[in-house]
Amino acid sequence: MTMVGRHHLVGGLMFLIAAAAAPALPEWVVSLATIAFANALVVLGLVVLWRVGLVSFGQALYYCIGAYTVALTARWAGVTDAFLLVLLGGIGAGVVAFLVGFLLARYREIFFAMLSLALSMILYGVLVKTESLGSTDGFTISTPTFLGYAPHREELGLSLYWLTLAVDAIGAILVGAYFRSVSGSLAAPIRDNEIRVEFLGVSVTRIIHVKVAIAGILGGFGGALAALSIGHVDPNMAYWTTSGGFVFVTILAGAGSVAAAFVGSLAFEALRSFAYDVMPSLWQMTLGSVLLLTILFLPDGLGSLAARLRRRGEANTP
Amino acid sequence: MSNTDVNSNPILAVHDLHKTFGSLVAARDINVSVPSQQTVGVIGANGAGKTTFINMITGHLTPSKGNILFEGRDITGMPSREITKIGISRSFQVAQIFPSMTVFDNMCVAAAIARTAGGVLSNMTTPVRSEAAIAEAEATIGLFQIDKYRGATASTLPQGVRKLLDIGMAVVGWPRLLLLDEPTSGISIEEKFDLMQVVMSALKSRKITVLFVEHDMDIVSRFADRVLAFYDGTVIADGTAEQALGDPQVQELITGVKLKTAAGAHA
Repeated sequence: MTMVGRHHLVGGLMFLIAAAAAPALPEWVVSLATIAFANALVVLGLVVLWRVGLVSFGQALYYCIGAYTVALTARWAGVTDAFLLVLLGGIGAGVVAFLVGFLLARYREIFFAMLSLALSMILYGVLVKTESLGSTDGFTISTPTFLGYAPHREELGLSLYWLTLAVDAIGAILVGAYFRSVSGSLAAPIRDNEIRVEFLGVSVTRIIHVKVAIAGILGGFGGALAALSIGHVDPNMAYWTTSGGFVFVTILAGAGSVAAAFVGSLAFEALRSFAYDVMPSLWQMTLGSVLLLTILFLPDGLGSLAARLRRRGEANTP
Repeated sequence: MSNTDVNSNPILAVHDLHKTFGSLVAARDINVSVPSQQTVGVIGANGAGKTTFINMITGHLTPSKGNILFEGRDITGMPSREITKIGISRSFQVAQIFPSMTVFDNMCVAAAIARTAGGVLSNMTTPVRSEAAIAEAEATIGLFQIDKYRGATASTLPQGVRKLLDIGMAVVGWPRLLLLDEPTSGISIEEKFDLMQVVMSALKSRKITVLFVEHDMDIVSRFADRVLAFYDGTVIADGTAEQALGDPQVQELITGVKLKTAAGAHA
């Protein structure tokens, strides 16, 4: 079997296990996993950028736009269908990413990071000042339906969890295919030598623009799913600490594989709630220590563990 | 040989080309016509306008005046990406490769780009390791005789292999015209001939028209069908290697072979 085929098989199995296990799990675990898997889409977007050597400290911009698109469509148009709302959240963020991409794609390194941070903070500032949208408190989203089906409480949590998993699966397959495409594979060449890429006949700016748009779309879907799961939106979704959290998970996960984004995001949410439970006043310090240890001992993230084990396995087989 | 005769169907035709940077004249009155499959050596001292000439043909610089025709098509001022797509490639004085990737991956990416012609959507929907791209990459690695470095990370390669990889990446998309900017710079004298031998026979086998900038006159006379000698932004001699290198002006101003008996004759 080819490498790609094996990856799809393992990924598909993990996905089925994650989907099948949910009804047996306590409600708080399902809700934690829903948030983790929604955020994983944002992280996957950061991985797309990371591979080309770009870090966005403002990915919360798209997260927040996805969330507010859902909340506002539900509020103003009375739409309750979760599928439609999530789709609109992804599209809304994608349009914004495509537009700001014309600006962002011309910048690299710290300038790219800071400019994306600035854009997200502009949205934060606007939302905080907008009284009609609840200012800093935000507002609540009405309970979603699923093609007419209107679940309550526990069923609602499960439905949102499965919807999140389904979007994740589609995202993972498409991003995986993108990584194997010419455009996706140009990440390392662009990081290495932009001049050569241009002289091979490819516009580096356009490739980076595509990556900014992909990351934005993924961020929007993540925000839309998170908003439905939380049932509430507020300007903090665009705040720089939210972006910082996504970058944290990206470092923890590493850019090596698509699956790492999901595993990393789940590990992060688990770690955060564990740290908060055990040491309510010191949970941030715990997270900081984990980040430090990751950078010191696992610089390529959790994803590199799998690769390391695989290499060891190959070395042992004669 | 009548290599300098104006061919009725030249692959490259340059008319009255000028380039100025402020008050500095980097190129003036350049008129050159290159027939298909010719190998042209470009010589001249540093600052004579050789690289400016190459950069104008590849779209890196826009001429101040004049025009450039490639296969009859006006390409003056076209962006370098577009020029690459229509069949003109170049290599660089300092090898431009992807140091963190293997030789094979370097070549495969170059082959894949050439096949998608750089379109945004086709780049996103075409796998980089398509069978065709892999076959093209393998063939070019073989052609340039760097098979044994196939899996090596490019940053670890010896200088000569880097040069071959750089030129190979320019050739993997089957260009019709290739511009080599000092292919032997940074290569030891012992290795230069072997390197050029490999490069030139590879290019001949693909019927590629070549313009190469070179400072080593032994290499020029050995490999060039025709020589263009640049001085002060313009072509002062154009002919077979024998004719051009035998030209008294060239000897005085560029090669310095003969004593400057005519010193002061040309300001």
